Amino acid sequence: MNNQLLRLLPEVILTLTGVLIMLIEPVMPKAVSRTSMGWLAVLGSLGALAASLGQFHLAPGTAYYGLIQTDAFSAFFHVLIAAIVLVSLLVTLDVVRAGTENLGELFALTLFGAVGSMLMTSAQELLLVFIGLEISSIASYILVGFRKHTGKGPESALKYFLLGSFATAFLLYGIALVFGATGTTQIVAIAHALDANAPHPVAAPMLATLGLGMILIGLGFKVSAAPFHVWTPDAYEAAPSPVVGMISTAPKAAAFAVLLRILFVGFPALHAHWIPLVWIMAALSMTLGNLAALRQQNVKRMLAYSSIAHAGYLLVAFTALSSDGIAAASFYAVTYAAMNVGIFAILSHAGQYDDKLTLVSDYRGLGYRSPLLGGAMAFFLISLIGIPFTGGFFGKFYVFQAAIRSGMLWLAILGLLNSGIALFYYLRLLAAVYAKPQENTPMQSMPRVQLSLLVAIVLTVSATLILGIVPSQVLGAARAAAVTLQYEVQQPAPTPGVALSR
Amino acid sequence: MLNTTILSHIVFFPTVGALILALLPRRGKIIQWFALAIALATFLLTLHLPAHYDYARAGFQFDENHAWIASPKIRYHLGVDGLSLWLVVLTGFLAPIGVLASWSAIDARAKEFYFFFLLQQTAMLGVFVSLDMFLYYGFWELALVPMAITIAMFGRTRGTQAAIKFFLYTFLPSTLFLVAILYLYGRTGTFDFAELQAALASGHLGLAAHTLSWLALAFLVAFAVKVPVFPLHGWLGDVFSEAPTAMAMVIAGKLGLYSIVRFNLGLFPAQSRAFAPWMIALSVIGILYGALGALVQRDLKRLLAFATVSALSFCTLGIFTFTLAGLDGAVYQTINEGLIGGALLMLAGILYERYGTYELSAYGGLAAKLPVMVTLFLISTLALIGLPILNGFVGEFLVLSSTFRTHPGWGALATIGVILSAAYMLSMIQKIFYGRQSALVSNRSVNDVISREYFALWPMAILMLVMGVASPYWIKAIEGGVRGLADHSAPLSQVPAQQAPPPTPPLNGAAQ
Repeated sequence: MNNQLLRLLPEVILTLTGVLIMLIEPVMPKAVSRTSMGWLAVLGSLGALAASLGQFHLAPGTAYYGLIQTDAFSAFFHVLIAAIVLVSLLVTLDVVRAGTENLGELFALTLFGAVGSMLMTSAQELLLVFIGLEISSIASYILVGFRKHTGKGPESALKYFLLGSFATAFLLYGIALVFGATGTTQIVAIAHALDANAPHPVAAPMLATLGLGMILIGLGFKVSAAPFHVWTPDAYEAAPSPVVGMISTAPKAAAFAVLLRILFVGFPALHAHWIPLVWIMAALSMTLGNLAALRQQNVKRMLAYSSIAHAGYLLVAFTALSSDGIAAASFYAVTYAAMNVGIFAILSHAGQYDDKLTLVSDYRGLGYRSPLLGGAMAFFLISLIGIPFTGGFFGKFYVFQAAIRSGMLWLAILGLLNSGIALFYYLRLLAAVYAKPQENTPMQSMPRVQLSLLVAIVLTVSATLILGIVPSQVLGAARAAAVTLQYEVQQPAPTPGVALSR
Repeated sequence: MLNTTILSHIVFFPTVGALILALLPRRGKIIQWFALAIALATFLLTLHLPAHYDYARAGFQFDENHAWIASPKIRYHLGVDGLSLWLVVLTGFLAPIGVLASWSAIDARAKEFYFFFLLQQTAMLGVFVSLDMFLYYGFWELALVPMAITIAMFGRTRGTQAAIKFFLYTFLPSTLFLVAILYLYGRTGTFDFAELQAALASGHLGLAAHTLSWLALAFLVAFAVKVPVFPLHGWLGDVFSEAPTAMAMVIAGKLGLYSIVRFNLGLFPAQSRAFAPWMIALSVIGILYGALGALVQRDLKRLLAFATVSALSFCTLGIFTFTLAGLDGAVYQTINEGLIGGALLMLAGILYERYGTYELSAYGGLAAKLPVMVTLFLISTLALIGLPILNGFVGEFLVLSSTFRTHPGWGALATIGVILSAAYMLSMIQKIFYGRQSALVSNRSVNDVISREYFALWPMAILMLVMGVASPYWIKAIEGGVRGLADHSAPLSQVPAQQAPPPTPPLNGAAQ
C-alpha cells in the first residue's frame, strides 16, 4: 500500500465506514432495526484502532506535502481517539432502541467527528488543524442537538454552534496573524522562523505572540478551559449521554494534542509569553470548574463542570515545559477519557436515551438496584476524585509531579487543593449511589444491561485500573510521544535548568 | 523462600479474599464464614513475622524491592522493622475479631460490608509495610475509601454525613502531604524511604530551613488528623457513633501514630524537635480535653470517642519527648489502644445489639443479668485506665515517666488525665452495670456473652493481661525500631525493659 495512505489509514477507514452507513441506512426498510449499522460502525472503529496501532510501527515522517505528520505522538492520540469512539459506539448501541430516530446518522456522525479529531492530532499544517477542528466541531454541534424534540437540544446546539464558530474564527484569525509574522503555517517552519538563532529572525514577534494568543483562545474553547468554558454544561446536558462520553473526551484530547504540538513544536521560543497565559487558564479552569460543580444538582452538568476542572489539571502539565510535562498531559488525556467515557456509559444506561435520571438524588440506591453499575460508578468516581491505584490518581500524580519538578509549586498546590474541593461533589454522588434506595424512584424501570454495555464497562474499568496500577506501558508510549515532539523542534532547551531533553 | 514474599502475601491476601467473596452466593452465613476464614488466615500469616524476625538486627527485614514504574521512579518496596512489626500483627489480630463483631450486627448487604472490610485490611497492612512513599501514599488514601463507604452504607442514622465529614477531614490534609512528597521527589529523584532519609540527613539537598519545616508540617498535619490529635479530632465523634463496630475499631490511632514516628521523626528529626513543644502542649490539652469531654457524654459511643482522643494523646506525648522510653511507650500504647479501644467498642456494639441504644441513661443494674459482660467490660476499662499488671499501665508509665524527665510541668498535667480517665470510665461502668435496674434492662431478657463473642473477647482480655506482665517481649522489637529516633542526650528512665543504648546508634533504616 502507498506509504502516504498508510499515514492516513485510520481516517480513511472511519470515513468510508461512515459514508457506507449513510448510504445503506436510508434504503433499509423502516421496520428493520438499525442496530446492525451500529455494529458496522463498531467494526469500522476497530479497523481504525488497528490501523492506529499500526502507525506506531511506521517510520516517523510527513505525508501529503507536509500536511500531516505521523509519529509516536500522533499514533498515541489516534489510538486514544479510536478507542474512545469504539467504546462510545458500544454504549450508544446499548441505549438506542427501536424507534430512535435517525440512528444511522448518529453512528455516522460519531465516526466523522472522530475523523476530524484524528486529523487534528497529526496535522503539521495549521490550516489542516483548522479543517480537522471544523470537521469534529460540526459533528459535535449536530450530536448535541440530536434529540431535537426535547426542549434543550436545539437551543443548546445553537448556542454551542454560535460560540463555537466564534472560537474557530479566533483560531483562524490567529493562524492568519502567525502567517503574517512568520510567513508560514507549517508548525515546524514556524519554530525555525521564531528561533532566535535563525539567520533571518522574525521581524514582528509581537504579531506572532498575538496570533498565538488567538490560537489559544480557539483551542481553549475546544478543551473547555476557563474562561472559554461557558458552552460546556448546556451542551452536555442537552446531548444524549453516550454522545457526551465521546464529545467530552475525543475532540478534547485532539485539541490538547494540537495545543501540545503548537506550543512545544511551533512556539517554544515564545514560552515566556504563553506560559503565564496557560498558567492563568489552568488556575481558572480548576477553580471555576470545581466551584461551579459544587452547586449542581444535575449530574451531567456537574460532570461538565468537573470536565472543565480536569482540563485545568491537564493544562498544569503544560506549564512544566518539559518532556515530562508533555508525557503527563498525554497520559492524563488517556486516564480522563477512560473514566469519563466509563461514567457516561453508566449514566446513559441508567437514564436511557431520554435521560430519565438527571439529578444527583435520582441515583440514590443505584448500588443496590444494580451492584455492577453502582460498583463501576463508585469506582469511576473514586478515580475522578484521585484515590490511588486508579488511573485518575496516577494521572494527577504525574501531572503535578512534572509541575513541581519544574518549579510550579503554587500551581500544584492550587491544583491539589482543588481536588479537595472536588471531593464535595463527587462524594455527594458517591454517597447517593450507596445510600438506601427510596421507594418509587425513576430507576425502577431500568432495563437489563446488554452485552455491548457490559463490554464497554469492562473495557473502561479495566483501563482505569491498569492505568492506576501498571501504567508503565501507556506511560512509556506517552514518554515516547513526548520525546518525538521534542525531537521535532531540534533545538536546545529554551531555559536553563528545565529538563527539556530527556 | 517465604521470607522474601511474605509481606506481599499478607497485604494482598485479604484483597484476593474480597474478590472471591464478591462471587459467593448470598445464602445463610456463607459470606461471614468465608470472611472469617480469610481474616484468620491473614492473622496466621502475620504471625510469621514475629516468628522469623531477627531481633538482633536493626533496619528493615522481609524486604521486597522490585522495580514498578520506571519514570517517575517508583518501586514496589516493602519491609518491616521493630516499629511496624507488632502493628502488622495487631492489624491481623483485629481482623477476625472485626468479622466476629459484625457477625450479626451486619445482616443485610453482608457481601458489600465484608468486601470493603477485607479491602480495608489490605490498605492498613499496606500502610505499615510500604517503604516507597508513592506506595505508602497509595495505601494511605486507599484506607479512606472502604471506611467512608461502609460508614455511609451502614451508619445508624446520619451515616452519609459522617462519611463525608471523615473523608474531607482526612483527604484535604493528604493533598498537601502529596505536594510535600512530590516536592521531595523533585529534589531527590526518589520515593524510597531509606534513600530519602539518607538524602535528607546528608544535608546536601540545599533546602532552606523554612522549606523543610513546611514539608515536615505537611506530613505532620496529614498524620495528626488521622490519629486524631487535638484540635483535629472533629470527625471522630461522628464516625464512632455512625461507623459499624468493626470499622470503628481500626479507624483511630495506629495508622496516624505509626506514620508520625516513621516519617516525621524518621525524615525530619530536626523539624520534629522544633515542633515538639507545640505537639506536647497539644497532646496534654488533648488528654485533658478528651477526659473532660468523656466525663459529660451521655452516649456510650461518644464517650468512647472522647476517651480515645485522650488515650491517643498519651501516644503523641510519648513520641514528642524524644526519649527512648517515651517512644517505646508511645508505640506500645498504640498497640494497647488498638486492643483496648477495639474491645470496648465491640462490647458497646454487643450492648447495642441487645438493647438497641447507646444512651447511658437507658442502662443500669446490668451486672446482675450479664456477669460475663461486666467482667470483660471491667478488664478493658481497667486496662484503659492503666491499672498495673494490665497493658495500659506499661505504656502510660513509660510515657509519663519520660515526660516528667523532659517536661515536668506538662507531665504533671498529663497525670491529671490518668485520674480523670478513672473517673469517666468507672462512672460509665457504674451507670451501665450498677445502680437500679432501668426499665429497659428489667423488661428485656437477653443473652449474656455468647460463644461467638467469647472467641473474640477473651483473646483480647487475655492479651491485655499478658501484655501487661510480659511487656519486654514486645518492647524489645519496638525498641530496635525506634532507637535511632530517640534523643540520646536526654536521660533515660529506669524501666524494666530498658537496655543501654549503643554508643553510636545507626540511623534507623539506613543500615539496609
